[in-house]
Amino acid sequence: MPERLPDSALSEPLTSDAVFHEAPAEVVADALVAEPGGVAGEVEGALKRRLGVAFWIAVGWLVLITLLAIFAPVLPLDDPDAVGSGGKWEGTSGEHWLGTDNLGRDVMSRTIHGARVSLVVGFAAVAGGLVVGGFLGLVAGFKGGWFERIVIALADILLSFPALILALAIVTFLGRDMWKIVLALGILSIAPITRLSRANTLQWSQREFVLAARTLGANNRRILFREVLPNVLMPMASLALIGVAIVIVAEGTLSFLNVGIDDAISWGKLVFEGKDSLEQAPHVAFVPAGAMFLTVLALNFAGDRLRAHYDVREGLL
Amino acid sequence: MRFVLRRLGSMVVVLVVVSFLTFLLMNLLPGGPEVNYLGPLYVEDLSLCEGTPTGDLARGCAETIDLRDKLNLDKPFFERYVSWVGNALTGDFGTSYRQEGVAVFDIINEALPTSLWLMVYAQVIAFVIAIPVAIYSAYRVGRWFDRGATAASFGVIAIPPFILALLLIYFFAVKLGWFPTVYDPDAEAVERLRSMFMPAFTLGLGLAAVYARLLRTDLVATLQEDFILMARAKGMPTWHILLRHALRPSTFSLITVAGIQIGALIGGALVVERIFSMPGLGTIIVESVLSRDYQVVQGAILLITAAYVAVNIAVDLVYGYLDPRVRHARAAT
Repeated sequence: MPERLPDSALSEPLTSDAVFHEAPAEVVADALVAEPGGVAGEVEGALKRRLGVAFWIAVGWLVLITLLAIFAPVLPLDDPDAVGSGGKWEGTSGEHWLGTDNLGRDVMSRTIHGARVSLVVGFAAVAGGLVVGGFLGLVAGFKGGWFERIVIALADILLSFPALILALAIVTFLGRDMWKIVLALGILSIAPITRLSRANTLQWSQREFVLAARTLGANNRRILFREVLPNVLMPMASLALIGVAIVIVAEGTLSFLNVGIDDAISWGKLVFEGKDSLEQAPHVAFVPAGAMFLTVLALNFAGDRLRAHYDVREGLL
Repeated sequence: MRFVLRRLGSMVVVLVVVSFLTFLLMNLLPGGPEVNYLGPLYVEDLSLCEGTPTGDLARGCAETIDLRDKLNLDKPFFERYVSWVGNALTGDFGTSYRQEGVAVFDIINEALPTSLWLMVYAQVIAFVIAIPVAIYSAYRVGRWFDRGATAASFGVIAIPPFILALLLIYFFAVKLGWFPTVYDPDAEAVERLRSMFMPAFTLGLGLAAVYARLLRTDLVATLQEDFILMARAKGMPTWHILLRHALRPSTFSLITVAGIQIGALIGGALVVERIFSMPGLGTIIVESVLSRDYQVVQGAILLITAAYVAVNIAVDLVYGYLDPRVRHARAAT
């Protein structure tokens, strides 16, 4: 994750805040967030109110993989850790739909069980970041003053630090079981979420209906939670989807640096394990890699479309 | 001038904050460098040493106290930070804890060229792909090429770098045998370019997708401006309008993001360096964090941050060159 200059990060409301990440992918957040029209750009501006078929395909994939993950224990799958349930590096067969790995374990079963871990890590870390960072940003953007300055300064300091290295350090500090990885990635997601939440809040709290509410005698708390929060919620939720994608990749990255989750199988870990047999059995790495890619793609796409859908600046005013 | 000074001021602040945080973080990690040196002999709780300890404990105590004195670990935290900064300013980043007696400066200095070349190589690949794609997309907005390129870049962005690296290894190294799977640091000129191609392409392709989208968006906006209409009315050839008139003022976002990437790629390409076994800065940092070699981590992070901030300032100065309007606006303030 790139370090960010405090003053450059202060500019544009929704543009900055790359999230913890390594090289190209961390600009993703930037790019996705920076371009007003998102993937569809200005070409489909007129169709904005409709989310489109591709959006529903993306949602369909996410629902499918989530259901598979939830019901993995009751589905008729092989035990993911059953060594020798098939031969070594078997290809596709009726017995093992997506083949087996070096120890004869069922690749499909391992990938679906990996989804449980990767999805939980992604959603839990972002949810945690959203609760803490979202709230801080909301209050900071609404109240302003010294509170805002302190919160933003703290966020900028966190952001100025190379995030992957920070993640490494936190994981070394905390340990490597699943919930500790969630905690580490959650901590890292607080700063960018705080900035985004503040930027969104700023945008909304200057609108006329807030002024109207104030004139009608509403107090701060009512305005914040009844007028501003509902409007900030949807754009934040759509950005959170992109955040989940980033966290899933970040977890995979940690696996590749050999400091990933050590007590469960995640997609990143499966890909990492499979990379040693690329020559003999590429499917061992590429099946979980494919699942990860499709999920990240679906999350990015759905998040991007939703964000464009709820964007005030481009709304049909 | 005032502009540059202000930016330099903020650079100093960022450097101080980041170096302090690195220092703090490294000190918070459990099992400090002492463990590396002394192993099981290390006595963490020095109060055990009061009175007259015997046997292993006595030896452990003596060595621990000795070592802490040698590494200055017995001094208060703040004092150590200040003296470290003081030394760093004179180019002395201390010596490595892990490789005894080796200067941190030398370790970084040896890894830096690899990281720099990888960064430059990746950027070149990214620009070579992104610029033509963006120009043609903007020229034919909304047509099949533009749509295809947009979809493709969205897809590429969703591929995590480590998966892209594996795909490239599988097709180009395992299947086709065009490139080696592992970087060879001793190779000469052309062979070296070849062995660095896959890591550079892994990073470059992801960047290209981002760059192409940024440039395309800006180009589309520029092409709607009056001076383009004017050029067209004068009957200038299309390629001339695209390359000479529209391109330069459309490169703002591109230059900004590419600048950020210079900083991010130096030492930020941890995974890619690791997969292709490249002895770059990223590899050094990961190894040093894991082996508690704080001196190296601190030095490397300071250097990366400095590079990052310096590039940022440079990018700001380039704006003025790209668009005279920025120059005038700045001169006015």
